[in-house]
Amino acid sequence: MSTSTQATSGAARPEHVTHAHVRDVPLGADLGTLALVTVDNGLDHTRPTTFGLAGLDELHGVLVEQQRRAAVGEIVAVGVTGKPYYLAAGADLTLVGQIGDDAAAREVAERGHATFRLLGELGVPTFAFVNGAALGGGLELALSCDYRTVQADVRALALPETYLGLVPGWGGCYLLPRLLGVAGALDLILTRPLANNRMTDAGGALAIGLVDTVIHPADFLERSIAWAADVLRGVIAVERRPLDPPEVWDATCTAARTTLDARLHGSRPAPYRALDLVAAGRDRDRDTAFAAEDDALTELIMTDELRAGLYAFDLVTRTSKRPVGAPDTALARPVRSVGIVGAGLMASQLALLLARTLGVPVVMRDLDDDRVAAGLAAVRSAVDTMAARGRLSPSAANRLVGQISGTTALTDLARADLVIEAVTEVLALKKRVFAELEDVVSPETILATNTSALSVTAMAAGLRHPERVVGLHFFNPVAQMPLVEVVRTDASTDEAVATGFAVAKAAGKTAVLVADRPGFVVNRLLLRMLAEVTAAVEGGTSVTTADAALRPLGLPMGPFALMQLVGLPVALHVLESLHGDLGDRFALSPGLRALVEQGRRVVAERTGHGEPPVDPSIQEVFGPVRDTALDGPGVLDAVLSGLAEEIGLMLEEGVVSEPRQIDLCMVLGAGWPLHLGGIVPYLDRTGYSERVIGRRLLPPGVASVLRA
Amino acid sequence: MPHVAARARSVVFVEGVRTPFGRARPDGLYAHTRADDLVVKAVRELVRRHPELPADRIDDVAIAATTQRGDQGLTLGRTVAMLAGLPSTVPGFAVDRMCAGGMTAVTATAAAIAMGMQDVVIAGGVEHMGHHPMGADAEPNPRFLTERLVASDALVMGSTAENLHDRYPELTRERADAFGVASQARYQAALRAGQIAPDLVPVALRDPERGWGLATADEPPRPGTTAEQIADLPTPFRAGGRVTAATAAPLTDGAAACLLAAEDVAATLGLGARMRLVAFAYAGVDPALMGLGPVPATQKALARAGLSMDDIGLVEINEAFAVQVLAFLDAFGLADDDPRVNRYGGAIAVGHPLASSGVRLMTQLARQFTEQPDVRYGITTMCVGLGQGGTVIWENPHHADYEEQA
Repeated sequence: MSTSTQATSGAARPEHVTHAHVRDVPLGADLGTLALVTVDNGLDHTRPTTFGLAGLDELHGVLVEQQRRAAVGEIVAVGVTGKPYYLAAGADLTLVGQIGDDAAAREVAERGHATFRLLGELGVPTFAFVNGAALGGGLELALSCDYRTVQADVRALALPETYLGLVPGWGGCYLLPRLLGVAGALDLILTRPLANNRMTDAGGALAIGLVDTVIHPADFLERSIAWAADVLRGVIAVERRPLDPPEVWDATCTAARTTLDARLHGSRPAPYRALDLVAAGRDRDRDTAFAAEDDALTELIMTDELRAGLYAFDLVTRTSKRPVGAPDTALARPVRSVGIVGAGLMASQLALLLARTLGVPVVMRDLDDDRVAAGLAAVRSAVDTMAARGRLSPSAANRLVGQISGTTALTDLARADLVIEAVTEVLALKKRVFAELEDVVSPETILATNTSALSVTAMAAGLRHPERVVGLHFFNPVAQMPLVEVVRTDASTDEAVATGFAVAKAAGKTAVLVADRPGFVVNRLLLRMLAEVTAAVEGGTSVTTADAALRPLGLPMGPFALMQLVGLPVALHVLESLHGDLGDRFALSPGLRALVEQGRRVVAERTGHGEPPVDPSIQEVFGPVRDTALDGPGVLDAVLSGLAEEIGLMLEEGVVSEPRQIDLCMVLGAGWPLHLGGIVPYLDRTGYSERVIGRRLLPPGVASVLRA
Repeated sequence: MPHVAARARSVVFVEGVRTPFGRARPDGLYAHTRADDLVVKAVRELVRRHPELPADRIDDVAIAATTQRGDQGLTLGRTVAMLAGLPSTVPGFAVDRMCAGGMTAVTATAAAIAMGMQDVVIAGGVEHMGHHPMGADAEPNPRFLTERLVASDALVMGSTAENLHDRYPELTRERADAFGVASQARYQAALRAGQIAPDLVPVALRDPERGWGLATADEPPRPGTTAEQIADLPTPFRAGGRVTAATAAPLTDGAAACLLAAEDVAATLGLGARMRLVAFAYAGVDPALMGLGPVPATQKALARAGLSMDDIGLVEINEAFAVQVLAFLDAFGLADDDPRVNRYGGAIAVGHPLASSGVRLMTQLARQFTEQPDVRYGITTMCVGLGQGGTVIWENPHHADYEEQA
């Protein structure tokens, strides 16, 4: 499937028709002619080649013609390749997202099959020359050929369908297990997509048998054609593995199902449909298997889960590149050096991230030498780890270590263009830091806070220049989490906010503009969720029931595992802070406080697949389980009602300008799954939006099926 | 400790390849192909043909181009080495002597080998005349004209060819036309005899409108050209002139590269030797009579080698213009249709991508040496813009009198 969708743009756009050009290539007097087909949408490298119905029709026509030519002996082979950097990125998902009835959905499925299967029925050998990214249907195009070469620098080979809410339904579920064996196929069809859509590179593809040879980029096509000629001559023989025995097939699929259940708890249909297709595919013939793929695609295309997935994928890949509400990027101040106040966990991570991505000197300042030394040691250790994994060259590691210094003197931050404070979450402390900084730095220096829940406005109050204060809320772990909430106060200037956005972008993060309201977006919703869970537990629901209650959502982890991840003291602190600012919707939890005081874990250490469930022994801090308390569905209902209510309030308060921004934050900042669309599409489709706040938040069809 | 003295060593030509040549036109073979990519393909083919050569034994990569900017800029030898996937330890440099750029890449690196400073080198040239029309970016010093350092038409190669006709009236249009027709015919015969294809490396072509294709054959030749067909062609360089499209090399895109080695190193590595370099020379002539350059260059090289034209069994002379070859033949008393000269036809048929042509001549001479072990010596020679000529004399290892020098 595609990396380019515009499912959320509303108005239908016409198909960018992918053309199938054919040129004849002489293979030598002993062989004859290879017909070389190039699939190319005629757009530049920022617009991947995708297939809509017209493009499939054109390719179909071209392949039928090659079938005729093969029959009369005009050609001895067919090759398929793509425009530079792409073989193809699969189905045109923008068009898929606009489909309004089952018949149109089925047409997409069947037309793909009818076209691609010709590559196995031309009467002459077929070769895919994979010169670039081959995603989804693009990879299935290659799988439909008899042989595959791949250019050595290709990094994006993947079947992201189950990640988005589809199945590899243009032959992938049937062909791949035959080529790779069922275990390898399930890795590509399920495991990698569910591991945040991990791609396979050329070398990896050769190792698992996805391609037959890897060829240097300098003369990839020339040598691919020469390789094809050698195959035709019999000089090169390509071994194919036998079909896995039934017992291996079944056992592998059964194990995969167990893993899926542990991860997803049945929360979304697509991965299960893909597994079903693979499991049943062993003894099916091509026609039966392809018909089953057609059925699965038809059904999934018409699910709200897929539409929400396309909406969310578009948010994180495309919309996020143009942050809503961000000031003109030209207003951003140049950042040539960075100061960080604090040398703790967040501070040292921020120092490393900004030194690495901005390439500027970073000074960390803390109160005493020991803390500074500990912060620098943390940086060095992280750098060493990256170097040991080959992610940093020795020189780059030396540069990084040399760029990050520590001090106890605030005056050493005097020349910084940007200072980020990352001290303990105590308002008075942060106010004092800013006040002291103001005496040291220039009036133009941007002051940023990494607070997760405190008022940025309050922090800036009393400064001579409060207008240069913004919030830059990075998430932990800083290197991995892709979101930054950029907090604007009433006083913040466009320059300060633009600089915040520029820094976030340079750091490789997606930035979302949020108003200075408690908890901003991600923490406010996560804590509202946790507050509903702890309220239920305080009310007599068993911790085990409450922990399992949210599984139908398919969140990346259960509520107690989430608390454990952020740290119980932090969770408690933020909860109490939000309680103070926003009231009883964020109910205090004596049980949680007790757990913090006792320093207990609430879940076991993580092992293997799935998140560990809650430790039942913590029930004692919450008191006895009561029959009158909420059951699992009741907890889920409370959580969803609470989220809908909170989102309604956040939109009223103007925390963000539109529901999409909430979804963008929840996907990137909390890892909430695509099939929920973040969360708003799910609340809309389950009726919570209307029930709780009286209206849908997104128009029908934006992240849901709009039947014709 | 005493230093190691430089020592003279014999240099051999191990292998030469070239891309198919394309017409330098908006619809030509390589209209959408980068110049550096062309020569990269040739370099990779050289390395591929010699798996016995460890790539890190290549001591230098010298690549010539006349216009060294854009896709022919950035120190081609080094960039081509990198793009071709050679180890980063392999250095490279760029060369320019206009049409003799490739030849100069060969002789300069050969000199370094002979002196014992290098063992194995890659030398070549490229010219994408479609991307870089001749002289388009040049800013000639005004002194050339104000001080009459050159005639006003000396920078227009076609005009220098007309000047040759003026200088030697016996060089008639009829002789030139006949030579042009013969060049096409000889190329066709060589092509049919399978003497062209073995030295070509195919090049993938992308045309945004037509998709990918593969260049496997030269585009410029016009098979079946007859004297009648060309008798009335216009003379673009001068009204009433004699030089036509049929007696001039077409504007061409293409690249060629070769592998050179010290003879002893070639033997040790098992590279083989297809030619041994005997002598080379460059000479200057009046820029207005640019095409005469090969005459003094050849005389100089022969003198240095202690040979005479009688010793030369094969001549590969670049056909920038038919008249310039005829002037050379007259100077050495050779017939217009001397069978030793340009047996595979020449640039009038196959094209002349300036800086790559010198290596094409050598590659073809090497093939002829294999075919004709009775020939002991051959020359490659060419004229050069602004009044120069270059000549390299080669010895045939297949000849009975050839003595290996260990």
